[in-house]
Amino acid sequence: MQARQKDSLLVASVKDSLGAAVITFALACVMVGLRVDVASGRGAELFLEHRWLAVAVAVLIVFAGRLAMNIFFWKREDPPSLNLSGLMPKGGLGANSSNIIKYGLLGLAVVLPFVLMFWLGARGSRQYIDLAILVLTYVMLGWGLNIVVGLAGLLDLGYVAFYAVGAYSYALLAHYFGFSFWLCLPLAGILAAFWGIILGFPVLRLRGDYLAIVTLAFGEIIRVVLLNWYQFTGGPDGLSGIPRPSFFGLEFSRGEGGFASFFGLDYSSIHRIIFLYYLIFAMALFTNFVTMRLRRMPIGRAWEALREDEIACRALGINTTNTKLTAFALGAMFAGFAGSFFATRQGFISPESFTFLESAIILAIVVLGGLGSQIGVVIAAIVMIGGFEFFREFEEYRMLVFGMIMVVIMVWKPRGLISSRTPSVALSKNAKGISADLVQEGHG
Amino acid sequence: MDYFLQQLINGVTLGSIYGLIAIGYTMVYGIIGMINFAHGDIFMVGSFVALILIVALGITAATPVLLLILALALVLVVAMALTAVWGWTVERIAYRPLRGSFRLAPLITAIGASIALQNFVQVSQGAKNKPLQPLFSGSFQLTDGGADGSGFIVNLSYIQILIVVTTVILMGGFTYLINNTNLGRSQRACEQDRKMASLLGVNVDRTISLTFVMGASLASVAGLMFLLYYGVVDFYIGFLAGVKAFTAAVLGGIGSLPGAMLGGLLIGLIETFWSGYFSVEYKDVAAFSILAIVLIFMPEGLLGQPEVEKV
Repeated sequence: MQARQKDSLLVASVKDSLGAAVITFALACVMVGLRVDVASGRGAELFLEHRWLAVAVAVLIVFAGRLAMNIFFWKREDPPSLNLSGLMPKGGLGANSSNIIKYGLLGLAVVLPFVLMFWLGARGSRQYIDLAILVLTYVMLGWGLNIVVGLAGLLDLGYVAFYAVGAYSYALLAHYFGFSFWLCLPLAGILAAFWGIILGFPVLRLRGDYLAIVTLAFGEIIRVVLLNWYQFTGGPDGLSGIPRPSFFGLEFSRGEGGFASFFGLDYSSIHRIIFLYYLIFAMALFTNFVTMRLRRMPIGRAWEALREDEIACRALGINTTNTKLTAFALGAMFAGFAGSFFATRQGFISPESFTFLESAIILAIVVLGGLGSQIGVVIAAIVMIGGFEFFREFEEYRMLVFGMIMVVIMVWKPRGLISSRTPSVALSKNAKGISADLVQEGHG
Repeated sequence: MDYFLQQLINGVTLGSIYGLIAIGYTMVYGIIGMINFAHGDIFMVGSFVALILIVALGITAATPVLLLILALALVLVVAMALTAVWGWTVERIAYRPLRGSFRLAPLITAIGASIALQNFVQVSQGAKNKPLQPLFSGSFQLTDGGADGSGFIVNLSYIQILIVVTTVILMGGFTYLINNTNLGRSQRACEQDRKMASLLGVNVDRTISLTFVMGASLASVAGLMFLLYYGVVDFYIGFLAGVKAFTAAVLGGIGSLPGAMLGGLLIGLIETFWSGYFSVEYKDVAAFSILAIVLIFMPEGLLGQPEVEKV
């Protein structure tokens, strides 16, 4: 047989792009080109709407885009090196720039409400502070999940279950016993950790992906129970009238004995918002502090070792079950704290807030920020949650783009955008040279 | 007893649908060891493609029977082909670049792909559920409800027969494909040792792609069945059906084809009996609990082989 003649650059590119265009057409012809809808008025009859223009546009975009990429990058013998990696610091953020970012963000977070108040006034700044509270909640959840996923390497797809346990613990304790927020906060954390241990104990000896699916199943079980146990949890109606937290016994209310009159300020509803902001800020910092300290303790070292190679861990006499269980319970505890904060901030909770999607968002924050990186979680949370709010007008496209970004970033940089998955300690300079990318994942 | 019989019939029907989806999970897991989390959504896309084709062809219950069957066969073939392209594309974009990456990476892209697919369908087809008028309404009455008419009437509808028969035919063809053709042989070779298979001239990437294609087309058959049986679809059906089918695959022993079918039947039966005798609200809890229990106590499933842990 003759050796196949090599096509010229242009021909090869066009062929390839035509293939892509044909596939796009096959994908789009039914799912985009026709839209099935329910006719209103004529019973439940279905009719079709034609949108062939959209299909043509999609096919053209794919063809042109792929052709351009083929000609300029993929099929070239000498592809111009688009030095994107030059823009990103080598090997994640260096210690120096990482510190600058860290303290910069910390300082910004401390002064943020006052800057906003000064700049926009009480009325205008409210929505931004609300957004900052939301971002901080996700930062805290991300840091909590980072213990489980980032440090111990256990993929938990049901993290939101513990968030729900925390939220419902507070709401129910306050509802049935009249406990205050400050009493319930630790209780919610303890209860969530307890659930983490109960659920974790049987499943933690499973392999990574099985563990992921079982945690997903548990998350769904808890949600379905919350949804159907009408007498106790209010079912789909949820629980409302959850009491607000007080500032050392001072309620944020108008009149005598309130926060404003005690400090001689004019009453304003923004006080409570700012208080909530600093509350979640402190809680998030506490999470970070505990995590960073634990990382330096034997248990933290054991987590990281477990993530790198479980079999080696077992050979070295580390009790893998206990190690995993602590990570799981601690992660759950922080989710419980965050959950009770969520309940008190909203004043209303329902199972709607604790769907699988929520778990996926938290997981995406951790993964895209870089597994195990604390600052990565912060940046990912700001970008994603902030971005979500920013694109609020494109409500229906948000989750579509979110899913795509999850795929693209994972394919492009599997270790996260701001990756730092290197273990805290390594044997020597040489040992450090074997990056985690090359090491097969332990059966964690 | 009659009530039991009815539940049995319903359970077997539902189980056939789960079994068809479960095959996609089990094959992909067998060959590349990953949970194709987006498979449930491929099933959902398949049922939407089928629905659109049915509406486009103007098939209604008024169509003459022979024509109706022919038209549905056409819908089935086209839907299988188009859904297979979706399955192929997901594999090409989201999984292939990550081959050889760390184990959880493809699972995370799979979750991303699942979210993207769900929301794509929500955007392109709308969030409302789409009810389809039943195409086959007839049924056999297996019992007459007793002489005084107070007993329970057991119905075996035509659509249930159609679903079970189609599933059996497809399973037969499929087993032949895996056991007796070149494609099946290379698939089994890749399952055992991918590197060795590639050294022996098996095109591994193509084999894996074809696995996804087959899984997706079977899922689209399940999608059509689901549509005909329940008469309603929305963009969210993939999640629950996917988790249950995965449970079926695990219960039967992941990696084993007869296991997937057996697991599907069992899950279908358990779900219908649970809703029939205990509570409808907690039927999903039953399925999820079985998943957890099986994974904890019997991770190799009913027909699977225990996995040896290697360093």
